[in-house]
Amino acid sequence: MYTQALDTHGKEPVPPVAGEADGHAARFQARIDEEEKIEPKDWMPEAYRQTLIRQISQHAHSEIVGMLPEGNWITRAPTLKRKAVLIAKVQDEGGHGMYLYSAAETLGISRAEMLEQLLSGAAKYSSIFNYPTLTWADIGAIGWLVDGAAIMNQIPICRCSYGPYARAMVRICKEESFHQRQGFEIMLTLTQGTHAQRAMAQDALNRWWWPSLMMFGPSDADSKHTAQSMRWKIKRFSNDELRQKFIDITVPQAHFLGLTIPDDELHWDEDAQHYRVGPIDWSEFHAVLKGSGPCNRERLEARRRAHEAGRWVREAALAHAARHAGGSLPASPSGEST
Amino acid sequence: MSETDWPLFEVFIRSRSGLEHKHVGSIHAADARMAIEHARDVYTRRQEGVSLWVVRSADIVASDPGEAEALFEPARDKVYRHPTFYAIPEEVKNL
Amino acid sequence: MSATLAMPGAPDMTPEEARCVYVLRLADTSLVLGQRLAEWIGHAPALEEDLGLANLSLDLIGQARLFLTYAGELEGRGRDEDALAFLRDAPEFLNLALAEQPNGDFGHTIVRQWLIDAWQLEVYAALEHSADTRLAAIAAKAVRETRYHYRFSSGWLVRLGDGTPESHGRVQRALDELWRFTPELFTPDEIDERMSRAGLAPSLAELEPRWSARIDEALRAATLVRPVTQPYPWHGKRGIHTEHLGHLLGEMQHLQRTYPGARW
Repeated sequence: MYTQALDTHGKEPVPPVAGEADGHAARFQARIDEEEKIEPKDWMPEAYRQTLIRQISQHAHSEIVGMLPEGNWITRAPTLKRKAVLIAKVQDEGGHGMYLYSAAETLGISRAEMLEQLLSGAAKYSSIFNYPTLTWADIGAIGWLVDGAAIMNQIPICRCSYGPYARAMVRICKEESFHQRQGFEIMLTLTQGTHAQRAMAQDALNRWWWPSLMMFGPSDADSKHTAQSMRWKIKRFSNDELRQKFIDITVPQAHFLGLTIPDDELHWDEDAQHYRVGPIDWSEFHAVLKGSGPCNRERLEARRRAHEAGRWVREAALAHAARHAGGSLPASPSGEST
Repeated sequence: MSETDWPLFEVFIRSRSGLEHKHVGSIHAADARMAIEHARDVYTRRQEGVSLWVVRSADIVASDPGEAEALFEPARDKVYRHPTFYAIPEEVKNL
Repeated sequence: MSATLAMPGAPDMTPEEARCVYVLRLADTSLVLGQRLAEWIGHAPALEEDLGLANLSLDLIGQARLFLTYAGELEGRGRDEDALAFLRDAPEFLNLALAEQPNGDFGHTIVRQWLIDAWQLEVYAALEHSADTRLAAIAAKAVRETRYHYRFSSGWLVRLGDGTPESHGRVQRALDELWRFTPELFTPDEIDERMSRAGLAPSLAELEPRWSARIDEALRAATLVRPVTQPYPWHGKRGIHTEHLGHLLGEMQHLQRTYPGARW
């Protein structure tokens, strides 16, 4: 859901493994150029494999960490219907994380290793989840803006060259459509509500607008990897292209809601037929990515605690399975076949 | 901080009767019964299935892509296996 | 039905009032239990269990919504599912005291879940034959969900009970702590008896042996010891709760209480 081209930011390109036959590499590129999908056991350059592992696992981590800011409001959702929808959405996000971990595992990394990378702080995930959800309106803003940005990032990846990743993304995109609509509908209800609710909605937009623009990652001019990722059809549009598309779609939606985008320099460029935004504060983005966002610590701590607290449970399940390879669990109640 | 992963299972779903089971992805579980539950929770939230298979990934035997030529190319030559190879006059029905 | 403590005047209730109380009890147990499970989301022992627990929570909240809507209609005062869920205070809630107990560790949650799943299995299966067709329809849907819930919770009970020494100790302790809330499950009061006489609800006394047998079977597989039953002072279904419910509702109802009359 949240690919931010994080792998391209500030890292050295993975050097080609010595001895990779030029023949193999040329045939591989030819397959890509012909829009053939690469599948798990196919030959692939080591750099392709590593780039994908990093990108897919970061994407998976983002989904998993993303369960927390929204999960923060499940117990306080203001109606039963909103509660149910939010649970379903967060559940979907967990599921998406799992589709992606599953795709990454086909490339030779294990779930345990990826989890270790996340919990140790070594792995990156989308910066957007390091911001707090302070009011119910934040839940609307996340659905509307963050999921909106994510969808824009994700749809092109459905045509990515690596089969399992592309297939996981197709699944994810099919399930996403309600996420954004749910968020927008929350905002609409708030802006049509009481004075306090309208203020709540505006406040949420004020806090989530710029971080949402940053989700698309820094300008490609600053990225070393975009060219190679494009050649390998892992990345299909530039960060700037996607960001601009998001802006052009979202600004009219904000106007419809009667909300003000927190940007004095926002204006319509008649010649280019695009909305133009003011400067993005990339120092905030870098700081958040490095770990000093408002909630970086809390997010990782929460997942670490859950992982540690759950260790005895996971171990017990394995111990039981080892002792009962034939199966000894109580029969399901009548009416259900196991 | 190393701990044994729950084993990996591949998941296959038959979405409607009449169709075959299709591979949809994988899940981790400690045992087969849990694997069914996890597969159901992860892959059938939108009523995508009437039947679920889970198979330990370690039990899957796959053809080697390196052998793809030897395994699959010869079939390309045997065009007489395809109905379009045979010219049947139009007047003959039901063939 | 006026919002008062501990069902005074139950014998004086009209049939609709008694039925409303009965349905509210089912609703509140599902709602409170669903709310408790929702607290786990994002914090479960494995990602797969995050999804599993969320699934159970969704089912229970769905049941609560159906029961609450029906109860509101029976009450006839224009209260919908949200008015009932968000604007009643703790003494007006009629859930089983067991449902409101805190999550504790995963083992504690599983024991609480398993005990109630086994109860709901009996009650919902019996309600499928209720003379009240609305209740029967809700129960028919709910019992299918509960079969899956029971599979999940009993499966975990056995894995943890017959897992490692640590997991065994934890679930035995959880069982010892929560067992004191089980007498309420099958102790009928006047409402239960009126509903049962009218063919609208099962006789709890008849359901108990089946529940007990199912419990024993699972405990055997889990290598756990059934605690001794003690008398209990909690009558959640009569609005007499433990201290936990107030905090649960405080969190759940916060927005509606802070912004009265707002639409969400």
